[in-house]
Amino acid sequence: MTTPAIKAEGISKLYRLEHGGHGSKTFRDLLTDMATAPLRRFRQIRGSDVSMEDFWAVQDVSFEIQPGEVIGVIGRNGAGKSTLLKILSRIVEPTRGQVTLRGRVASLLEVGTGFHPELTGRENIYLNGSILGMKKREIDAQFDEIVAFAEIERFLDTPVKRYSSGMYVRLAFAVAAHLQPEILIVDEVLAVGDADFQKKCLGKMREVSKGEGRTVIFVSHNMGAVTTLCSRALLLERGALVAEGPSSEVVDRYLVPVSAGVTGAYDLRDTSARADNFSKIIVAARVLDASGRLTLTAAPLQKIRIELDLAPLASMRTPMIDIGFNNARGERIFAVSSNLSPTPLGSVTGASTASVTFEMPPLYPGRYEFDVGLMPVSGRYIDYVTPAGQIEVLHDGYLQSPYPYFVEMGSVLVRSRWATHPSETKQEVEKEVS
Amino acid sequence: MSNDIAQPLPTSAAAPDPVDKGPIREMVIRPRSGWIAIDWRELWEARELLYFLVLRDVKVRYKQTVLGVAWAVLQPFFTMLVFTVIFGRFAKIPSDGLPYAVFVFAGLLPWTYFSSNISQASMSLMNQQSLLTKIYLPRVFVPAASVGSGLIDLLVAFVVFAGMMVFYGVGVGPGVLALPLLVLLTTAASLGVGLALAALIVTYRDFRYVVPFLVQSWMYLSPVIYPVSMVPPQWQPLLALNPMAGIIDGFRSAIFGLPWNFTTLSVSSFSSIILLICGLYYFRRTERKFADVA
Repeated sequence: MTTPAIKAEGISKLYRLEHGGHGSKTFRDLLTDMATAPLRRFRQIRGSDVSMEDFWAVQDVSFEIQPGEVIGVIGRNGAGKSTLLKILSRIVEPTRGQVTLRGRVASLLEVGTGFHPELTGRENIYLNGSILGMKKREIDAQFDEIVAFAEIERFLDTPVKRYSSGMYVRLAFAVAAHLQPEILIVDEVLAVGDADFQKKCLGKMREVSKGEGRTVIFVSHNMGAVTTLCSRALLLERGALVAEGPSSEVVDRYLVPVSAGVTGAYDLRDTSARADNFSKIIVAARVLDASGRLTLTAAPLQKIRIELDLAPLASMRTPMIDIGFNNARGERIFAVSSNLSPTPLGSVTGASTASVTFEMPPLYPGRYEFDVGLMPVSGRYIDYVTPAGQIEVLHDGYLQSPYPYFVEMGSVLVRSRWATHPSETKQEVEKEVS
Repeated sequence: MSNDIAQPLPTSAAAPDPVDKGPIREMVIRPRSGWIAIDWRELWEARELLYFLVLRDVKVRYKQTVLGVAWAVLQPFFTMLVFTVIFGRFAKIPSDGLPYAVFVFAGLLPWTYFSSNISQASMSLMNQQSLLTKIYLPRVFVPAASVGSGLIDLLVAFVVFAGMMVFYGVGVGPGVLALPLLVLLTTAASLGVGLALAALIVTYRDFRYVVPFLVQSWMYLSPVIYPVSMVPPQWQPLLALNPMAGIIDGFRSAIFGLPWNFTTLSVSSFSSIILLICGLYYFRRTERKFADVA
């Protein structure tokens, strides 16, 4: 049994949220607080003070990571991934618990921390390198490699403010990729740059962990990258560690939440997802797979059927029903509408069920929420529920590529075949820096 | 033009050992509270970072401006001109028998250094929040690095001052050898104040509006435009509690060969050190919360 490189024992982080307040406190607030303290204490005794709320961003998380392991940390937004990384990187202090780290730690939570736009590429390599914890000798020794990796040889003495964003990111990552700590903590920084460069970064990360025996903790929303790169994964949910094990198993667990109550059928009668000014017309939604069973997931191109139960309506000839799908960032990805169907919806009277069948597009894997809306033939929505339900698009190797796909490349996966063939004239395409 | 950043550091040139991290070190992260000791070993190991931060501040300061180093000349020169006309000519403030222009410039040298250090250091953390929230580094270095560009400005101002001394035909004595020590004291005092203000401003944003007012009031409490001898003797020890009182007085004694006022100087030296210690410890105490509040 080797000594773990990282040992976390019951770490927790508490944040106090102030309702109605915005982040930073001012000295003025401090003075008012002091002045009103007696009054507040009185209110607290009476139990009416609701201005502060405790929020455990990370709660009682324990794990061990062996030297040389590559660990993925996954979870939804707000699950505590970033806070966990910040604790491990010593940026924030845990409220409880302790972490023992064996070896030099470097963290990479942002690309190009401390870069100064006025300084040249060369100057920024040294500045950023030393901010990341490199010794000057280490930077000297790897300087040429960094420059070559970033592909910025010609612009080494140009201020980085004149760099294209691609060059900037390449330079920043190149510096970070040449860090030589025993423990490397990386937060989704791979989600930048062009695809070609991402491939290079992934290669570098694999080399770092396999070849040089470094321990890597890698946070990502990209399940493809996690399964490809990491041997093990940790799954966080609302600050707690809910699963730990081989990355493919944990990723599956993450993609198919087995939480009780969520089955693919959604009761929308009294949902808080409907604004007050709408009528309760769509009372239930069900997501069914091709064989008619309730489902939470869909593989790309799989047939999906959504049924909506409608409350009795005061005669509506041809209402229009929309179902819109949004990604995890709340961006609308696609919608299906009864108006755009080859056969429009017939008139609706009394309680009825509307259903729609469609093929799930090959979307970037992950959770999508859907909104449902209903409007009379023209005019405004009279019912709108957002979100009404959810569906998880599975990662099933649709692209048949050994490399992961990044959400920044776009929301839709498209299978493509590439080839090269010799051309007659060689074109010199070089972008000059202005 | 700026290849010099890649030149070997004097600190590391002497160490021929290969790049290697030595034995694996264990580090424990756990909640702390109260006063936290300064981790001198960590600071020493990261000393190169301080060097690069200072280098950055100095380079950026002179790269971004049209006039470059000329600012370091013009700013104290015009201040001196204005003060000489207003306080020397109109208000007829005594100047220990020296030409008022020379007298006031000798005070402005340490004062400008002191006040610019405070202004720069106090805003340093707020202006570079990513250094607090995205990475761990010895945070003391961020405000401390502001001192570097102030030092360059001070050197330039000294050159201008030397020219004035020649112009007015004022000679210097061997006392000038004490100047580095006085500059060191100024650095200590300004760093103490700068660190405390930087920590306060990260936590309480509106504190930054206090800084210009504080600096302005502080100038009138320091013998920049008036000599210490103008203050009634029984009040002089009280004045000396202001570190800049003894330092500015010391500057004049050193440059003009005037008699030293050792009581004032020792009280001021003492309070400089106290300021630095208090500033450092307040900074350490609040440091662990920076990333939470920034």
